[in-house]
Amino acid sequence: MNERLTPFLWLLFSAGGTVAALLFPVHVFLVALAFPLGALPAPSYEALHGLVQHPLVRIYIFVLISLPLFHWAHRFRYTLYDGLQLYHLTNLIAVLCYGAALAGTAATAYVLLTLTR
Amino acid sequence: MASTITLAVTRYRPEEEAEPTVETYTVPFRKDWVVLDALNHIKDHQDGTLSYRWSCRMGVCGSCGMMVNGSPKLTCAAFLSDYAPGPVRVEPLQFFPIVRDLIVDIGEFLHKLKKVKPWIVRAEEQPLSEGEYLQTPDEVDAYKAFSMCINCMLCYSACPIVGLESHFTGPAAIALAQRYNLDSRDQGASGRVEILSDHEGMWGCTFVGDCSRVCPKNVDPAAAIQQYKLTTAVDTLKSWLLPRGSR
Amino acid sequence: MNGDMSGGAGLHHVGDGGMTRRAGLQPGHAYMRYHPKWYRRRMSVWWWLQKGSYAQFVLRELTSVAVAFFAFIFLWQVWALGQGPQAYAHVVARLGTPLAVVLSVVGFVLVLYHTVTWFNLAPAAMVVRVSGRRVPGWMVAAANYAAWVLLSAVVAWFFLGANQ
Ligand code: SF4
Ligand code: FES
Repeated sequence: MNERLTPFLWLLFSAGGTVAALLFPVHVFLVALAFPLGALPAPSYEALHGLVQHPLVRIYIFVLISLPLFHWAHRFRYTLYDGLQLYHLTNLIAVLCYGAALAGTAATAYVLLTLTR
Repeated sequence: MASTITLAVTRYRPEEEAEPTVETYTVPFRKDWVVLDALNHIKDHQDGTLSYRWSCRMGVCGSCGMMVNGSPKLTCAAFLSDYAPGPVRVEPLQFFPIVRDLIVDIGEFLHKLKKVKPWIVRAEEQPLSEGEYLQTPDEVDAYKAFSMCINCMLCYSACPIVGLESHFTGPAAIALAQRYNLDSRDQGASGRVEILSDHEGMWGCTFVGDCSRVCPKNVDPAAAIQQYKLTTAVDTLKSWLLPRGSR
Repeated sequence: MNGDMSGGAGLHHVGDGGMTRRAGLQPGHAYMRYHPKWYRRRMSVWWWLQKGSYAQFVLRELTSVAVAFFAFIFLWQVWALGQGPQAYAHVVARLGTPLAVVLSVVGFVLVLYHTVTWFNLAPAAMVVRVSGRRVPGWMVAAANYAAWVLLSAVVAWFFLGANQ
């Protein structure tokens, strides 16, 4: 692993951790629990679709998804090789974890940029 | 109250045995005794071959650290009554190579301490005639907590990363580096960052936080390391984004 | 990390390369000739279960799996928004299945654990100074919690008010 990148990856991890800590509980509660279970009146498709037309909302969604993915990549990478003592696989684990976060970020950007109709 | 208490003490006699063993001793139980008193009682009255380190008996020298019931403790500050009715398990500090009985080798630790340049580094020493380097109380406060370390190594025995990666510089040494980085008289931060910017340095730490929990001097090495990471990361980012002159 | 014995060679070979490297010392270390054999314990693969605080630490790190899981759920939902009403209704229906609900409940608890541990540890890394004096850690944590409540309310307002 390139040590020069580490400070940058750590910043992404921290930023992602903060985003997840501040915003994930409410999003998860509403989107994955309250709305599917009918505990709270869910917004209609049209209403949400209208909401995501705004560029600021799209930027918000991009940050909401991408930074926490890097947060996961960083934590999971350390947990994997410290927890299971896989020091000989350090590089492979790093490439897989950050690679997954990068792929997720690219997918998010693609979905948000092509989201019209 | 029981009048005696049992200690299960790790013994390792390298000339006789291939692995450490456990020996139990029964000592008088006294309310004002610490684990170190019990060990001294054993050495004076039961088994003079038991080896361990101690000196000040008052939590200052940092030489009496051992695992007591699985936790790193200064044995001169660990009261027997907190472990009653026993048996009390006394083992050498974990994650260190055992030299004999309760004595561990501290060579690696001293080497790590020295590695971080724990002294005031100046680009240019100011001549004696100009007097001492002055500091305001706020400037002293900035590093004071991190300067209270007595090198007892309890934090190393608490840190799983030290156990997993014996080359990890470890809590006390990185906290000590930060102590000098934060000192207004010091100018060696950039040199130390180069030494500690890798997986044997600050980036090996995953903030388990046990080092700060066991520290008898409230040094909070875990905080020192996280602060060190934050400054290093922000500085690195700045060096990528800003033109040279404005750093 | 070295297996068990650090070897018995040190007694006769002062500064022997292999020995010193394994012991992590500088060659010529003064102790070399006096200790015949060191004993090093190996760390168990289950080290993170051997102490409550280690287990809590690993649990804290594993909350990141729940974070990534929900990040993909959000992405899936936004993608469905672009695919039309049927696709979106399908996603909502799938999120309501018993398995999805169980996963979401477990994940929600983990996400909350992440939030609490994150806010409680943040003051250690962040030294906030106001006119030269350090702001106490509990105030930094309290500010984090306040921001959390505020942002949660704003997000909820957007979601719940979207129909109007
Ligand atoms: S930081 Fe605390 S626990 Fe670690 S060596 Fe110093 S005094 Fe001991
Ligand atoms: S004997 Fe000095 S600290 Fe315990």
